[in-house]
Amino acid sequence: MRWIKISLGLAVIGIIGFFTVRELLMDPMYFFELFLGGLTRGSIYALIALGYTMVYGIIQLINFAHGEIYMIGAMTALIVASVLGMWGWNTAVIVILAFVFAIVYSCAYGFTVEKIAYKPLRNAPRLSALISAIGMSLFLQNYVMLAQTPDYLPFKSLIPDFKFWEPFVHIITSVEITIIVTTVIVMILLGLLIKFTRIGKAMRATAQDKVMAALLGINVNNVISATFVVGSATAAIGGVLIACHVGQINFYIGFLAGLKAFIAAVLGGIGSIPGAVLGSLVLGISESYFTGYFYSEYEDVFAFTILVIILIFRPSGILGRHDAQKV
Amino acid sequence: MKAFFKGLAVGILSMMVFAAPGFAEDTIKVANAGALSGDLAPYGISALRGVEMAVEDINAKGGILGKKVELLAGDDVCKPEVAVNVATKLVSDGAQMIVGHVCSGATIAANKIYKDANIILISSSATNDDLTLSGEHPNFFRTISNDGAQAALMTAFAKNELKVKKVALIHDKGDYGKGQMELAKAEFDKMGGVDIVLFEGVTTGAMDYTAIVQKIKRSDAELVMWGGYHSDASKIIQMLKKKRVDTLFMGADGIYGDNLPNLAGKYAEGVYATGPNDTSSNPMHQALTKEHQKKYGEDPGTFFITGYTAMQALATAAEKAGTVDYDAMRAAMFEITVDSPMGQIGFDEKGDIVGAGFSVYRVMDGKYQQVN
Repeated sequence: MRWIKISLGLAVIGIIGFFTVRELLMDPMYFFELFLGGLTRGSIYALIALGYTMVYGIIQLINFAHGEIYMIGAMTALIVASVLGMWGWNTAVIVILAFVFAIVYSCAYGFTVEKIAYKPLRNAPRLSALISAIGMSLFLQNYVMLAQTPDYLPFKSLIPDFKFWEPFVHIITSVEITIIVTTVIVMILLGLLIKFTRIGKAMRATAQDKVMAALLGINVNNVISATFVVGSATAAIGGVLIACHVGQINFYIGFLAGLKAFIAAVLGGIGSIPGAVLGSLVLGISESYFTGYFYSEYEDVFAFTILVIILIFRPSGILGRHDAQKV
Repeated sequence: MKAFFKGLAVGILSMMVFAAPGFAEDTIKVANAGALSGDLAPYGISALRGVEMAVEDINAKGGILGKKVELLAGDDVCKPEVAVNVATKLVSDGAQMIVGHVCSGATIAANKIYKDANIILISSSATNDDLTLSGEHPNFFRTISNDGAQAALMTAFAKNELKVKKVALIHDKGDYGKGQMELAKAEFDKMGGVDIVLFEGVTTGAMDYTAIVQKIKRSDAELVMWGGYHSDASKIIQMLKKKRVDTLFMGADGIYGDNLPNLAGKYAEGVYATGPNDTSSNPMHQALTKEHQKKYGEDPGTFFITGYTAMQALATAAEKAGTVDYDAMRAAMFEITVDSPMGQIGFDEKGDIVGAGFSVYRVMDGKYQQVN
């Protein structure tokens, strides 16, 4: 059994490696463009996947309403930007305020969703909380559909096309650079938050052992709320950025994006933050290559195939730890 | 007390049972089915308004065969699985003729129900070839030309007017979009001289289309031909422009109308689309447009005129047959000539419209303008 797995793994790596080298030599520019496209997409996945993985790490719940938080972030930014644009405010002020409002609103929604839908079920069987999460997701989707509109809405990009970048714009647009740079900054800030602040330490302690953390005087409820708020904030940033990139949004964008980010989190090892980032990049880049070199028809099929292959070899994800059963 | 409630329940139930056939006697029930919500709602609503206005006009003239027309409406969101439910509901509500559905995929799915129930179905917008040419839908008619005619026009325009040598055919994997691109491919193969450098489907509603745009760029296509609807088209058009890919973009009636220019804004300039013939010189058409502006305060949508004509055709056929029974109605449909806002139209032996076609339009200053 072990040998079959190893030889299968080597065969897969060999085939992928052969194709990569061949295509790289044939058209290096195209290879690089697809890489950047994948990196952009992976960055957005990563911003959403963080929320999934952090929440799972602490309360072992898959927060299916998380994609909707991302959508609400984009919607809020659209509303704020249109209103301020109508009043004729300065562009830079609009950008900052749109991001701030999107983050604040999404955090408020994330916080409230946890209080309403998950906290009362904290000690219930896990399946109940999962159903509650799916219900919350449907509720938020339909709420936005009814409160706003079911149509696609045009989203005027908040990030201008930089003049000096014009010669390179066919390779990577200024919005795409902004997405990649912002994601890197958010990741660094998040890393610092978790590593060095009090709340970060409390989060790690709660993730390790909720009961023990509570016994040592950590307010577990506050820590869980903080986790939801941080996850919602990164999702909101992702939502605003993707809306700038694509130029249109509707109430349904959270579903597919949330699903893909969830796959990315599982791929990287759900519960692990570096894992979620790595999984997102792997998923984004390989999707981009698959569309570029094979058929875009089967892009989603391919995303799930990667998931299956990786889970066969590493059942707890790329960076997932294989926790021993608690005794 | 308990007995009172029981009695009340029985009373209400029996009222419902007796009420239903009571109404059916003196009206003719016509149902309109199509997307009234969701991102394709603008198409469905434009068709519904046409049908509503036709029903008002018919009723003002005394109805069909002396009976008033009662209009029912069903919303299928352009999804085949919902369309089947809507169809079942409309049939059980007693609809005797159906105008709809709006999207081809939904129409094909729903027609299984109507065919079994022996009900005439007439669509103002479903263009998929199989609906008429396959012979599997004997009860189906339409007041819009089929995709074959549309594909022939698109490909001829691309070759003769735009003079492109390389095209990329991209579709949304749906019945309508994919069917259209397969027809376009067949047309290009038949006439020769144009290379199809890319033939691909994309996932509708995907997060972004950067990879496919880069693929289009590498293929050096001079024209991207799109089979699908406006919401995905808008994303691809914007990405092509943002990446400075130098290609033309062309679609069919799925991207024709105000929706695409509204959504893609300045990026939509120069996009080509085929749409129903411009019959705005017809006096009936002009009167209807004025009526629509008075009633709704805006210009009519894509399928307003074809919707009106569809309802008119049903009324004309019923008058000719002298009954609304299926066999007589169907036979009459092939014989009638309708004085419609689209001009004089009729139906051929497959159920396709005779006397109407498509034209090519181009977005200029945020609106589609006719090209030829």
